[in-house]
Amino acid sequence: MKHLLIALALALPGMAMAAGGGGTAYKFDPDLGNEPSLQRGAAAFMNYCSGCHSMGLLRYNRLAADLGIPEDLLQENLMFTSDKVGAQINSAMIPASAKWFGKQPPDLTLTARARGDDWVYSFLKTFYVEEGRPNGVNNLTLPGASMPHVLGGLQGWQKLKPAEEGEEHAEAGGHGASHAPEFEVLEEGVLSAKEYDGLVADITNFMVYAAEPVKIKRKEIGTLVILYLMLFTFVAYLLKREFWKDVH
Amino acid sequence: MPIVPNPYKTTGFLGWIDDRFPLTKMWKDHVAEYYAPKNFNFWYFFGSLALLVLVNQLLTGIWLAMFFKPDAALAFESVEYIMRDVEWGWLIRYMHSTGASAFFVVVFLHMYRGLLYGSYRQPRELIWIFGCLIFLVLMAEAFMGYVLPWGQMSYWGAQVIISLFGAIPVVGEDLVTWIRGDFFIADATINRFFSLHVVALPFVLVGLVIAHLLALHEVGSNNPDGVEIKKHKDENGIPKDGIAFHPYYTVKDIFGTGVFLILFAFVIFFIPDFGGYFLEKPNFEPANPMVTPEHIAPVWYFTPQYAMLRAITVDLFGVPAKLWGVIVLGGSVVILFFLPWLDKSPVKSIRYKGPIFKIALALFTVSFVVLGYLGTQPPTPGKTLLAQIGTAIYFGFFFLMPFYTKIDKTKPEPDRVTMKEGH
Amino acid sequence: MSNEGVDVGKRRFLTAATTVVGGVGAGFAAWPFLSSWQPSARAKAAGAPVVADISELEEGALVIFEWRGKPVWVIRRSPEMVENLPAVEGDLRDPQSEKDQQPEYARNEVRSIRKDVMVMIGSCTHLGCSPSFRPDYPAEDMDPNWKGGFFCPCHGSKFDLAGRVYKGVPAPTNLVVPPYHFESDNVIVIGEDPANEGVA
Repeated sequence: MKHLLIALALALPGMAMAAGGGGTAYKFDPDLGNEPSLQRGAAAFMNYCSGCHSMGLLRYNRLAADLGIPEDLLQENLMFTSDKVGAQINSAMIPASAKWFGKQPPDLTLTARARGDDWVYSFLKTFYVEEGRPNGVNNLTLPGASMPHVLGGLQGWQKLKPAEEGEEHAEAGGHGASHAPEFEVLEEGVLSAKEYDGLVADITNFMVYAAEPVKIKRKEIGTLVILYLMLFTFVAYLLKREFWKDVH
Repeated sequence: MPIVPNPYKTTGFLGWIDDRFPLTKMWKDHVAEYYAPKNFNFWYFFGSLALLVLVNQLLTGIWLAMFFKPDAALAFESVEYIMRDVEWGWLIRYMHSTGASAFFVVVFLHMYRGLLYGSYRQPRELIWIFGCLIFLVLMAEAFMGYVLPWGQMSYWGAQVIISLFGAIPVVGEDLVTWIRGDFFIADATINRFFSLHVVALPFVLVGLVIAHLLALHEVGSNNPDGVEIKKHKDENGIPKDGIAFHPYYTVKDIFGTGVFLILFAFVIFFIPDFGGYFLEKPNFEPANPMVTPEHIAPVWYFTPQYAMLRAITVDLFGVPAKLWGVIVLGGSVVILFFLPWLDKSPVKSIRYKGPIFKIALALFTVSFVVLGYLGTQPPTPGKTLLAQIGTAIYFGFFFLMPFYTKIDKTKPEPDRVTMKEGH
Repeated sequence: MSNEGVDVGKRRFLTAATTVVGGVGAGFAAWPFLSSWQPSARAKAAGAPVVADISELEEGALVIFEWRGKPVWVIRRSPEMVENLPAVEGDLRDPQSEKDQQPEYARNEVRSIRKDVMVMIGSCTHLGCSPSFRPDYPAEDMDPNWKGGFFCPCHGSKFDLAGRVYKGVPAPTNLVVPPYHFESDNVIVIGEDPANEGVA
């Protein structure tokens, strides 16, 4: 019985992921231990995203401390929207100009937690050219997205492969299994496909970090706590065994 | 000189206290000389663990209340403030959110233990009823707590649950407005839920737990054999099959606590979201009254009831399906209160009950788990049918109990408790 | 149940061991709860050094900056104001700034880094009201020998233009000088010591 319960407890999260995760075009496994990637991701975020999107729950100095960025470098290279290191990352956009998009671009602090790591990674990779859209592009991961393809110059421009295949994939974005959709390159970008994947991986990594900055630290502490609890439980077991010698 | 000397002959400071307050008396009555059956097994850990989790919730809850803002405009951000800006706030928050789920895990197992060994039977009906009340209050407490972070799931969960009251004939709609304090789930709602969650319900919960324990210590604990240990006492009036709660069960429970804490800490530090079951993904988006998340499901511990609610799709006897759903939902909890009088078996423990009861319990267990799973899933015709079958089994288990327990072929109970070899 | 052959020593040892290990754990478990009462990252961000630009500040005038929720006064003292400082020393409680109400680099006759710029926290050392600026003199209502200073409206404490407290008023000590340094001639960083000074 005991074993059954423990097995169940361990199996549940796996089941949840299988059950809960709506299929995304790509899978992404974040690596929060990769500090250079996080730094590159932070820089890319500040350059390409923070013009419109805030990260209003993350402070610059927290970011610098966690990612190993010295404060002078932080101020020179990353802080475009605020002059206080303790401030939170706000977007450079004034609310009035947001009307141009139809709505205020959402805050991205928690997006990786609300949507999932795979989702962010897939979203940044699945912009495609579609005529008739306000910005000339659509997104497979978030159909009807009002965001322009900011990274288009880097990735290049792609078109969804036409015919029944494309239809299938559009549906796959909703609930089906996840396998890579097929795109047709219209115009090469500044970066190669591999370089672009790397950039998107860096940005996603950074956004996963931003959604829960304490994640790495909590696992480190957790290991110590569990080691301690094992010691405690062991001593408590010896104590219990000793006293229960009386009971027949 | 004390006017009435205490009977424990304690002296010094303790004697001074004992002359005025039943300290030694309470220690002896409830701990050192409370004799519990010696044959408790693994299932008997969950009562003390429930108490541990209650303490965890009270303590972390008091601390969270120091930083949380019960205001529709500030609540969501204040939770992230706790997670990011407050020193160690993330740990306190995860302890509380994981504790909520852990509470239901141990309480479900604790109640299931009662089901297995007939712990609700005479003379323990009141212990069971206090326990059911605790469960009921716990559900209210958990629901209101889930609303407070003011994410999308908080908001829409509250929307659905509060709307249930709208199914009540005549007064329904007015009642819903009254509960919300506004024409939609609003600032007034979160503010009153905060007060109830943090002040009123914890008081009630602690009071009920004390009543539960007092009733238990009045009649004594049941055990896996379901036989009364008080029938056989030694020359000192101590049950022959009883052992002092302290030190024997205190040391055993300390060990059990250790094992529990390892699992608890594992969740807190490594998988606090528990794959979206303990902290649901949409709750990381602030509440938005204009947009419902694509798929909404209650937290896992409400999913069996939720599945039953959704399973009722037909109007019956002139009563609309919506009201039936609410009746079934409420009935699934209310029926528990009647359990002591539904079980007509001559024996208490499953060890001596007959095959019919064992099959009924197995079906009940499976239906409960399946309903729990279905509650997390979007409804399809097939799944709704399955939920209807599950609901029928759930209620059938209780409604038919007076009949099948009477005709069941039981084994004779032993006179004394039995111990596994090697203990 | 029998108590024969009980190894009392072993039981005592194991009880002690469990108590000690459990106690250490409880101690560590208490830490996050106690620690959470420290100023949060938000409070620290709000309490970060404030950059004060005084290029527009006229001679003899006072400007207020907020630092850690308190008013910080910056006064551009005129040469006359500076000259008058020694004139009132006889009326003061601690004219030499012997009590630690200022960083070491401001422990001098003018209580400042630069004679012409006075920086101090504008809350009375009595019970925390903010005194009003009274640069005018002579002022019969203040003191026969008044050369300009501050008057606390709550309980009548008086200070001179270096924030030094007068005798015979409720405030016990001089006004506090916060850590600060000059980034340039007209830019003061309040809340941070000069680079070459230790924490005051």
